[in-house]
Amino acid sequence: MSVSRTGPLPVGSGAEYDVVVVGAGVVGSAIARTLARHPLRVALVDAANDVGDGTSKANTAILHTGFDATPGTLEARLVREGHRLLSAYARETGIPVEPVGALLVAWDEQQRAALPRLAEKAARNGHHATRMLTAAELRSREPHLGPGALAALEVPGEAVICPWTTTLAYATQAVRSGVDLHLDCRVEKVRPGDPYHRLVTRRGVLRARHLVNACGLHADAFDALVGREDFTVTPRRGQLLVFDKFARDLVRHILLPVPGPLGKGVLVAPTVYGNVMLGPTAEDLTDKTATGTTAEGLAGLREQGGRILPALLDEEVTAVYAGLRAATGQEDYRIAAHPALRYVTVGGIRSTGLTASLAIAEHVRGLLADCGLDPGPERPPARVRMPNLGEAFPRPYRDARLIARDPEFGEIVCHCERVTRGEIRAALASTIPPGGLDGLRRRTRARGGRCQGNHCGAEVRALFEEYGEGAR
Amino acid sequence: MNRTVDVLVVGAGPAGLAAATRLAAAGAGRVEVLERERAAGGVPRHCARPGFGADALGGPLDGPAYARRAVRAALRAGATVRTGVSATGWAGPLTLDLTAPSGLERVRARAVVLATGARERPRSARLVPGSRPAGVLTSGELQRLTAPSRRWREPVGKRAVVVGGEPVARNAVRTLRAAGVEVVAVVAEGRVRRAAFGPVPVLVGTAVAELHGRGRLTGVTVQAGDGRTATLRCDTVVFTGDWIPDHELARAYGLPLVPGTRGPATDGAFRTAEPGVFAVGNLLHGGEPAPVAAAEGRAAADAVLALLDGRPWPTRGVPVETAGPLRWVTPGLLGPVSVPLLVRPERRLVRPLLTVGQDGVVLRRERLDGTLAPWRSVRLPPRWSSGVDLAGGPVVVGAEE
Ligand SMILES: Cc1cc2nc3c(=O)[nH]c(=O)nc-3n(C[C@H](O)[C@H](O)[C@H](O)COP(=O)(O)OP(=O)(O)OC[C@H]3O[C@@H](n4cnc5c(N)ncnc54)[C@H](O)[C@@H]3O)c2cc1C
Ligand SMILES: Cc1cc2nc3c(=O)[nH]c(=O)nc-3n(C[C@H](O)[C@H](O)[C@H](O)COP(=O)(O)OP(=O)(O)OC[C@H]3O[C@@H](n4cnc5c(N)ncnc54)[C@H](O)[C@@H]3O)c2cc1C
Repeated sequence: MSVSRTGPLPVGSGAEYDVVVVGAGVVGSAIARTLARHPLRVALVDAANDVGDGTSKANTAILHTGFDATPGTLEARLVREGHRLLSAYARETGIPVEPVGALLVAWDEQQRAALPRLAEKAARNGHHATRMLTAAELRSREPHLGPGALAALEVPGEAVICPWTTTLAYATQAVRSGVDLHLDCRVEKVRPGDPYHRLVTRRGVLRARHLVNACGLHADAFDALVGREDFTVTPRRGQLLVFDKFARDLVRHILLPVPGPLGKGVLVAPTVYGNVMLGPTAEDLTDKTATGTTAEGLAGLREQGGRILPALLDEEVTAVYAGLRAATGQEDYRIAAHPALRYVTVGGIRSTGLTASLAIAEHVRGLLADCGLDPGPERPPARVRMPNLGEAFPRPYRDARLIARDPEFGEIVCHCERVTRGEIRAALASTIPPGGLDGLRRRTRARGGRCQGNHCGAEVRALFEEYGEGAR
Repeated sequence: MNRTVDVLVVGAGPAGLAAATRLAAAGAGRVEVLERERAAGGVPRHCARPGFGADALGGPLDGPAYARRAVRAALRAGATVRTGVSATGWAGPLTLDLTAPSGLERVRARAVVLATGARERPRSARLVPGSRPAGVLTSGELQRLTAPSRRWREPVGKRAVVVGGEPVARNAVRTLRAAGVEVVAVVAEGRVRRAAFGPVPVLVGTAVAELHGRGRLTGVTVQAGDGRTATLRCDTVVFTGDWIPDHELARAYGLPLVPGTRGPATDGAFRTAEPGVFAVGNLLHGGEPAPVAAAEGRAAADAVLALLDGRPWPTRGVPVETAGPLRWVTPGLLGPVSVPLLVRPERRLVRPLLTVGQDGVVLRRERLDGTLAPWRSVRLPPRWSSGVDLAGGPVVVGAEE
C-alpha cells in the first residue's frame, strides 16, 4: 500500500501489477476498491495530483434511483444496482447521504401530460413507488415554489450525497487494502505486450498484465493509445450555482425538471452540506478543459431558478462551478472488454457515474475475468470510516466528547463551514493526504463557505504548510 | 456547561469592545465578550498600517495598535474577553451555544449584543464567470495573508489586479505593493479618484468579465461600459468592497433584515426585533470605518443598561426605506426619539437634494453641499428623523440631483 506523487515508479521484477486502473475519478477508484478485495497487485494512477479531480468533483451530487433511464440499457441496470450498493456503502463508511426524494414538477400542460409516461417508465425500470401529486399537495410539500406549478411526480429514493467523500472513501479503502496510488502520473504512451503492457508516464514505466481505462473525458484518447477508436467523447458542460445555507429552508426535495422537447432544464436540490444547488446547464463543447462558467450560463440559471423558487435569488451565492459530462453520441455507457488486449474500457459514463460507480466496478471485475484475470478468493477489504461533512449528521464542532479528548476539535478555523483545526490536521495526515488547498476543501469544506476564505484562508494555508504537502 | 451572564457580546471588534467597555464601566454586571479568532480586536488587528486615528500623543495609530487599545479598555473596565470561542447558534431566547477548545457551553444572558462585523463579497457571490484558479482573494484575505504575525509567508503573487474603488481598494493596492507585488491595474465600476491610486492605472466604468487560468490565475478579462474588452495578464486578483454583514447569528434567530444592507433591522438605539437582542457595528451596514463602528457600540450601551434596569422594550418603530439613487439607510426603524441617519448613495451625487417623507408627505427637504460618494456614508443629524408618525407607514429617504 502506498500513495506517491513524486519520484520514480517502482521498477524491476516484482514491480509488475496484475491490473493498472488508469483514472482515479469516482469510477476508477470504485474499480480499484473492488479489485482490492482480491489478492491482486493493483495500481490506480491519475494525471492529477489528487483523486476525484476531474468530473467527479463537479456534479450535481445526486444518488439517482435510475427511474428515468432508458429501460433495458446497461446504464439503467447499473444505476439501479449502484443506488442500492452505494446506499449501503454510505451507511457503512459514513458518506453523508440524505434520502430527501425528488419531485418532477410540471409547469405547463405539456409537462403535466408527460408525467404518467414517466411513471410508467419508472415502473419499467423497477420503480413502482412513484406517485402523482396535485398542485395543492405539491404546494404543501414545497411552499416556496414559484407560481404556476401544476402537478408533480413524486420519486421516493432519490437522494443527495457527498461526491467528494465517495471518491475518497473508495480510494482510501483501496489503498489501505494494498493498492498503490500514483498521482501526478499521466499515462502518455502504452506499449501493449505479453505478458505485460508497458505504460509510459513522466515518472517512469508501469508494467501491467491487465489494463482498465477509466479516463472519463479522455477515455477515447486513452483508447487511441492502445490502438482502438470505438467512440469519441464530446464534453457536455454543466454550470451550477450553489446558494448560501440560508436558502436551505426554501426546498425540501430534489426538484427535477420534466424532460421535454426543449431539453432537460435545470434542477434545484439541497446539498448534504446544507446549501441549495441550481443547475446544471447543458452545452456541447469541443474543449475538454472548458470547465469555466460563462456570463450567459449564469444569467440563464438565475432566470430559471427564479421561476422555480423565486426567493432563492435573494440569497447569496456561495460557489459557482462547471463540470463536463462525457457524452459519446450514444445514450448508454460504453463499457467494453477487449480480451485479446487484456483491456477494459469504461467510457461514456455520462451523467450518472457517481450513482453507478460501485455497480460499474462489479461489472468491470466480471469483464476482467473474461479477459483472463483470475482474481482469486475474495477477502474483506480494510475498514474505513470517513469524516462526516454532512450537516444532517453530527459534526465535530458539536461533539463534546471528541473535544474533551482532543481540544483541537473545539477550535473552529473555517467559521462559515465550522471546520475545526482537528479535522484539518486529520485530513492532512490521512491515508491520501490532499495535494493542495482545493483537495483539503473537498476533505473538510474548509474555505468552501460563504466567505470563500476571507476569514480563514490565511490560517488554512498556514496549517497546510505546517502539516501538509507544503511541510514535506 | 450552562452558565448565565448579564451581557453577552458576540464579536470583539471595535463595535463589540466599545459596547462592552461602556457597559462594564457602567456596572452592568458580568459582561462577557466572545471572539472566535485567536486574539481579540476584530478586523483592525489585520490592518498593519496607519488609518485608525491618532494615539494619545497625536501620532498615527495603526490597526493592531488600535485593536490592542480597544481590548485594553474593555479589560480595564472589567469586561471579560474570551478568544477562540465561537457562538454557533441559539438554544432559545437570549441563550447561545458556544464551541471552544475547552468544550461546549450554553450561555444565557439578560442582554445579547451582536457585533459580528461584515465581510466582502467574494468572486463567487459577485457571479464573476470563468475558471476557478488559485490567486483569487478578497482584501480581507489579502490583509491576513500579509499580516506580520503570519508564521509562514509564501509570496502572494507577482502581478495583481485590484477590483473596486472604495478606500479598501486603495489599502489593497498599498498592501500589495508593500509585499512586492506589481499592481497592474485597478478596475472600478463606478467613478473613482484616480489620484488616490498613485501610479497605478485605474480603469473606471469597467467590470471584471472573466477569470482565466487553471491551477493558477493567468489573467482577467475586463469589460468597459461600451462593451469593449481587454485581457490583463496577472496571477492575482483582489476583490474589494461590496460588503455583506456577517448576519449568520442574526438570521439564525430569525431577526428581520433591512433589504438595503442585509443587516438586522434595529431602531435608533440598536434594538433588534427581539427583546434583549441588540446589533451594532458593521453587522448593520458593512464597510464603515472603525470609529463609526465603535461609536455605535458605545451608543448601544445606554439602551442595554435601560433594559437591565427593567425598563420596558419599546414597541416596534416605523421602518425606514430609501428611494432614488441611495443604496441604504440605517437605522432600519425609527422610534419616538430622533436619531442620526446613516445614508449611502448608490453612485456619485453632486449637491443632491435629500428628502425624508412618510405616507406621501415630505417631512424634510434639504440640499447638501458638496458631493456624495458611494464609498462613504453621510450622517444626517437627528433633526432629519424628527416628526415621524409612529402610527404611519414607512419613512422614505430619497435623493435627487
Ligand atoms: C454537471 C454534471 C452533473 C452530474 N450530476 C450527477 C449526479 O447528480 N449523479 C451522478 O451519479 N452523476 C452525475 N454526474 C456524472 C458523474 O459526475 C460522472 O459520471 C463521474 O464523475 C465520472 O467519473 P469518472 O471516474 O468516469 O471520470 P473523472 O472523474 O473525470 O475521472 C477520470 C480521471 O482520469 C484521469 N485521466 C484521464 N486521462 C489520463 C491519463 N492518460 N493518465 C492518467 N490519468 C488520466 C483524469 O485526470 C481524471 O481524474 C454529473 C456530471 C456532470 C458533469
Ligand atoms: C481591509 C480593510 C481595511 C480597513 N481599513 C480601515 C482603516 O484604515 N481605518 C478604519 O477606521 N477602518 C478600516 N476598516 C474598517 C474597520 O476594520 C471596521 O470598521 C471595523 O473593524 C468594524 O468593527 P466591527 O466590530 O463592527 O466588526 P469587526 O472588526 O469585523 O469585528 C467582528 C468580530 O466578530 C467576530 N465574530 C463574528 N462572528 C462571531 C461568532 N459567531 N462568534 C464569535 N466571534 C464572532 C469576528 O471574528 C470579528 O473579530 C477596514 C476594513 C477592512 C476589511
